[in-house]
Amino acid sequence: MPDAGTQGSPPRLGGEPHARAWRGTGWGFIVKLVIMAAINAVGLAIVWASYVEGSWGILVGMLALTVAADWVYFSKRSLPSKYIFPGMAFLLVFQLFTMVYTFNVAMTNYGTGHNSTQDQAVDALLIQNERAVDGSPAYPLTILQRDGELGFAVVAGGQVQVGSADSPLASAPDATVDGDQVTAVSGWDVVDRATLLGDQALQRQVLDLRVPVSEDADDGSIRTREGTRGTVYRSMLEWDPQAETLTDTETRVVYRARDNGRFVADDGTALPVGWQVYVGFDNFVRGFTDTNYAAPFWRIAAWTFAFAILTVATSFLMGLVMAIIFNDPRVQGRNVLRMLFILPYAFPAFLSALLWRGMLNANPDYGIINDLFFFGTRIEWLNDPWLAKLAIIGVNLWLSFPYWFLVCTGALQSLPSDVLEAARIDGAGRWRTWTSVMPPLLLISTAPLIIASFAFNFNNFTIIYMLTEGHPRFTDTSAVLGHTDILITMIYQISGVAGGRADYGLASALSIIVFLVVGVISAFAFRRTRRLEEIL
Amino acid sequence: MRKTLIRFAPLAIAVLLVACGGGDDAGDEAPPEDTPTEDAGETGEDDNEDQTAGGALTIWVDENREPAVAAAAELFTDETGVTVDLVVKNFEDIRADFLAQVPTGEGPDITIGAHDWLGSLIINGVVDSVDLGAAASEFEDVAIEAFTYDGQLYGLPYALESVGLVRNTELAPDPVADTFDEMIADGRDIGTSLPFVINTNGTTGDGYTYYAFQTSFGAPVFVQNDDGSYTNEVGMGGDAGYAFAEWLGENGMAGEGLFSTDWTIDIADQEFADGNAPYTVAGPWAIGTYVDAGIEVAVDPIPSAGGETAAPFVGVQGFFVSAQSDNALVAADFLTNYVATPDAIRALHDADPRIPAMSVVAEDVAEDPIVAGFLEAAQNGAPMPSIPEMADVWEHWNATQAAIISGSAEPREAWDKMLADIDATLGG
Repeated sequence: MPDAGTQGSPPRLGGEPHARAWRGTGWGFIVKLVIMAAINAVGLAIVWASYVEGSWGILVGMLALTVAADWVYFSKRSLPSKYIFPGMAFLLVFQLFTMVYTFNVAMTNYGTGHNSTQDQAVDALLIQNERAVDGSPAYPLTILQRDGELGFAVVAGGQVQVGSADSPLASAPDATVDGDQVTAVSGWDVVDRATLLGDQALQRQVLDLRVPVSEDADDGSIRTREGTRGTVYRSMLEWDPQAETLTDTETRVVYRARDNGRFVADDGTALPVGWQVYVGFDNFVRGFTDTNYAAPFWRIAAWTFAFAILTVATSFLMGLVMAIIFNDPRVQGRNVLRMLFILPYAFPAFLSALLWRGMLNANPDYGIINDLFFFGTRIEWLNDPWLAKLAIIGVNLWLSFPYWFLVCTGALQSLPSDVLEAARIDGAGRWRTWTSVMPPLLLISTAPLIIASFAFNFNNFTIIYMLTEGHPRFTDTSAVLGHTDILITMIYQISGVAGGRADYGLASALSIIVFLVVGVISAFAFRRTRRLEEIL
Repeated sequence: MRKTLIRFAPLAIAVLLVACGGGDDAGDEAPPEDTPTEDAGETGEDDNEDQTAGGALTIWVDENREPAVAAAAELFTDETGVTVDLVVKNFEDIRADFLAQVPTGEGPDITIGAHDWLGSLIINGVVDSVDLGAAASEFEDVAIEAFTYDGQLYGLPYALESVGLVRNTELAPDPVADTFDEMIADGRDIGTSLPFVINTNGTTGDGYTYYAFQTSFGAPVFVQNDDGSYTNEVGMGGDAGYAFAEWLGENGMAGEGLFSTDWTIDIADQEFADGNAPYTVAGPWAIGTYVDAGIEVAVDPIPSAGGETAAPFVGVQGFFVSAQSDNALVAADFLTNYVATPDAIRALHDADPRIPAMSVVAEDVAEDPIVAGFLEAAQNGAPMPSIPEMADVWEHWNATQAAIISGSAEPREAWDKMLADIDATLGG
């Protein structure tokens, strides 16, 4: 039995290695069997559910995952995969899928006005352009059926009129009427309400049925919405599925389906509802060239870097200094003070940011910062481009230095005392130790965290959104962006989730760019930090 | 043995989690736990087969209004045998979720919503039209106007709301004067630290709350047709717009100091609740804060600042039908025959105290003087534009007003810049 684990350097202690001793039975195997049975059951349940729903992507994905899980945990040849599989599964489902999906959206013009498929856009346009004829009353209506054909019977002026899709309304004198309800028409079966409400297919046929009022199509036709009342409607648009054109029934203007996902007439006018189409890399190009976004984009990118770097630098330094001070045994009540320092870190950031927003109110009557620390002067913390940036960095410093305080305290306490002692013996003073010996040692453990913190702050949506919402606004562009917007809040603004015109395609393209920027910087930085480890 | 167990446990959990993750994606076709399903009762057993074919009606509703809709749904189920699934969602999430999920077929048949979503629902093609027939006349005009788009009705309105002038009856026992200047003079005579306070939403600006003053200068955001619907022609330009901008500047922080960008909604509410100002502009949602603070209030229409009627924005709440609903017929039946009834509208009012959009019910609840005050204020008002262009206006409009009020921008210049920005955004 060639097993990867036993071929390299088989452990000799205690006779046979563990993997060899494994016989595949015993009750460990039973437990494994039970767990795998549960996993398979869940997997199959999802496969079945996605089959019922017609979600083929999920069906295939889930089937693959379940089969892979069975293979990994029942095969004897896949020891490493046994450890890696759960992580890989998570990676696939939560990371890779999201990335592929985002990229897919970035290739489309998904957004306001391009929200769905062409069929649905046609549906919506037909709905919007079928209008009740002015002054048409609501007639009491009864639904009729014969040989798979549907018809309407309406009561107009005490007269019963019957018609179907092909035959216009004609009076049916032999019909019997009970109040407004037609109870019998010769040649037709009356469809009662219970049957109608219980039959979805029938409901759809009823909704789709238009009974012409007369031979002249311009007179309109009767339709019903809930099966008891009929009103005369006229459609202003005609859909030709072969030619993919919509024609205005009055002006005869033809709107053709175009590659950009809209119906456009020859004179350039377009119908309001469009659909999603693939636009290739247009969104990426637009992110850099659209005059509305291009100018602010670079400014916002610069501020995003400045913000992320300054936030990490200030909070790291402050945390480090605090940690050094409170690491000194001569400080009284260190433990209590350390606890207090952690408080800002313990509050939810969005709450603190909202509180700070109130405290930074320019009016000293309302804003406690100006009142207490600036002698009641009026300082426009949130309304001046530079002060607003300062305020953000300050508040974020307050929010994040406790983290670095914690990390640095831990790192300081684990510094190898022999190295420090060696420095002392070599004649390094306290200052020299701090500047030349401690930082490299500290950075070994903190550098990866610094990179992570940079990546986090690069996309620190909460602080910007809660503190300034990107304000104050740029005054030299029409884009709804401001001096304190960072890339992620810009993307949020463009995506239009909060209201406004949405452009998911552009927003996705920009978030991919941000992902690449953060990814490249992080990868580069991690590579550099490896060198730090050579110190020891 | 033990080792094997430990090795498997996290993995089993992991795979289960992955499974669940996949499950979420598989679609929420059967909404989980907290969605009370009104069953047709025991007799439903046989019908159920039909109903799986007929499908159940799915309605999105927020927590506040769930009981009222549930009551109507129960009646509907009793009488028709059609099951109704109520899915409780955060109101703030509904607009975006409806836009995203209707095209995928995962959306509801009916959703609760606000009328100013209508424009984006329309150009995204997710909303069906509604025909109330003669019943439309039973509703307040402004409510029907709000749900009408390009001459066609797209929803069932059930409640409306607007801001009104709220008065501290202890400080100012008399109804407010007809003009803004007289009101301010009265406020100064009363001698509180502020004659008047209004939410400016800090430096963000709040065109919504200030809107009645703007319309009193004859400068609506968009020009209205005779039937109350909005064109996409911006109405804020010209002399009327300048007059309003200059008025904001004169009364702003660099002028009279009657308005301030220091006032957020919390601060404005607090100043009024502390009795520091006799008058404020606020909506029904703020009344609770004032009453809790021990202030007795009355509500009047907003006084005119520019000579014309001060028309605040009216927001209308209602129900939309999905354009992709498989149960459109049942949905229409439910809305027109089971929700558009005085009882159901009344129940909705009890669940969420806004002004009922149905006139009979509105008169009924107007026995409460505060509701009557807001109703009167709303009857002066104009529906908030629901055209998609409106979404592009808010940010420019709010920010410009804030800049003018704070004195950081010259009124005319800032107003021109705003109009140019709006043009650029609408054109692009």
